[in-house]
Amino acid sequence: MTLKNKEELALGGAIEEAGNAEGYETGGWRTYRPIWDFNKCTHCLTCWISCPDSCIIVENEKVKGADMRFCKGCGVCANECPTKINAITMVEEVTFHK
Amino acid sequence: MAKLVSMTGNQAVAECMRQINPDVVAAYPITPSTEIMQIFSEFVADGAVDTELVTVESEHSAMSACIGAAAAGGRVMTATSACGLALMWEMLPIASVMRLPIVMTVVNRALSAPINIHCDHSDSMGCRDSGWIQIYSENAQEVYHNVIQAIKISQREGVWLPIMVCVDGFIISHSIESIELLEDEKVKDFIGEFKPRLPLLDLDHPVTYGPLDLQDYYMEHKKQFDDALRNSKETVIEVAKEFKKEFGYDYGLIDKYKLDDAEVAIVVLNSAAGTGKHVVNKLREKGVKAGLLRIRLYRPFPYEEIRDALKNVKAVAVMDRAVSYGAQGPLFPEITAALYDSPSRPKLKNIIYGLGGRDISIEEIEDIFCSLDDVVRTGKVGNVYQWIGVREDNKR
Repeated sequence: MTLKNKEELALGGAIEEAGNAEGYETGGWRTYRPIWDFNKCTHCLTCWISCPDSCIIVENEKVKGADMRFCKGCGVCANECPTKINAITMVEEVTFHK
Repeated sequence: MAKLVSMTGNQAVAECMRQINPDVVAAYPITPSTEIMQIFSEFVADGAVDTELVTVESEHSAMSACIGAAAAGGRVMTATSACGLALMWEMLPIASVMRLPIVMTVVNRALSAPINIHCDHSDSMGCRDSGWIQIYSENAQEVYHNVIQAIKISQREGVWLPIMVCVDGFIISHSIESIELLEDEKVKDFIGEFKPRLPLLDLDHPVTYGPLDLQDYYMEHKKQFDDALRNSKETVIEVAKEFKKEFGYDYGLIDKYKLDDAEVAIVVLNSAAGTGKHVVNKLREKGVKAGLLRIRLYRPFPYEEIRDALKNVKAVAVMDRAVSYGAQGPLFPEITAALYDSPSRPKLKNIIYGLGGRDISIEEIEDIFCSLDDVVRTGKVGNVYQWIGVREDNKR
């Protein structure tokens, strides 16, 4: 996301465009990210309903993973994933940047 | 025709608000500004204005209601004093940085403790960094003119800032003066129609006011705001020119009184300028080259104009009716900063006077000019920071 200069901003920090929070990345401070083992995942959607940031991607009632623009690595999804299934592992973010 | 009437400063402000006919006024009465709202609420009750008068339970709520109403798209006004202004404090930067054109008359009064209802500038000086334009007024006539101009300045494109118009409590707010009231229609024409910017009530164009702003944008928003406040100086000049063209009264950012050839001068805000000018006249008769500088616009601070006005003066006493406790009067360091890189910078003294409504007498101002003469003669300032009119054993 390109940051705007002060001249490009609406006066007084007002937001003139409705629903633009979607374009504002908040996943930058993540230190862990959830990784699904889709061999284990039953698509029960417990992770989807538990995610505090609604960042889990679901298509046709199937979990596809998490949107990294918003995932803060809190680990709630991994924690809530039913114990018997245990499909989500939290992996250190740094391993994706080597 | 404009008519000459006898009224108090507060009455003059209330009359002005009647002529402006704002959309919303939210206020909580506090001495000495109470009378403004008392008279204005009669206008509302009598149908002389069609203002929505919001009676709130505190000044914090008064300013909050003003902010909400201004964001909704209304022309909004209020008035307060002292502790009331202090209770609004948290809301003041919200109004200014959200660029809401609220016009508030601040009837200057001392801050507690001890409790005192009389005039000094500790209230408006206390919130000088809240981002509001601050205009100070010498007398009832000027506060009336300043409020009219403030309405126009606040809503000018590129400005969109709240303004406090300051006037001395009791000395001006409750004293009866002869003032010239302008015609209702002419005031209405001068201030023009109010066209709000990003009104919340425009449901076809939804807008969010006051969102969270973190490390990635906060400084851009603050710099954008600081630029706007600084640039508003030009608009204050423009509107003063328009006011002069329409009504004949001449206002600038500063008021230079017999300064051109002055060797000694005092710098003041608000009503003390009247007494000061009288003393300057007296001294001029005796051949003393005395002058006076009254600051009309305090925020944004007109550094260049002040530097230029005082460049030929040899000694200056900056008179502060407030104290930045543990430091100096609030006006003094700014005048010092304005003059620091002036090649012929004058010697400076800081005089604290008139706290809590204590009179400043003609004799005391004469004494100040005498001490400035000594500074010019000896080249020595002595004690830079002095209080006058205080009973104490060891005079500093």
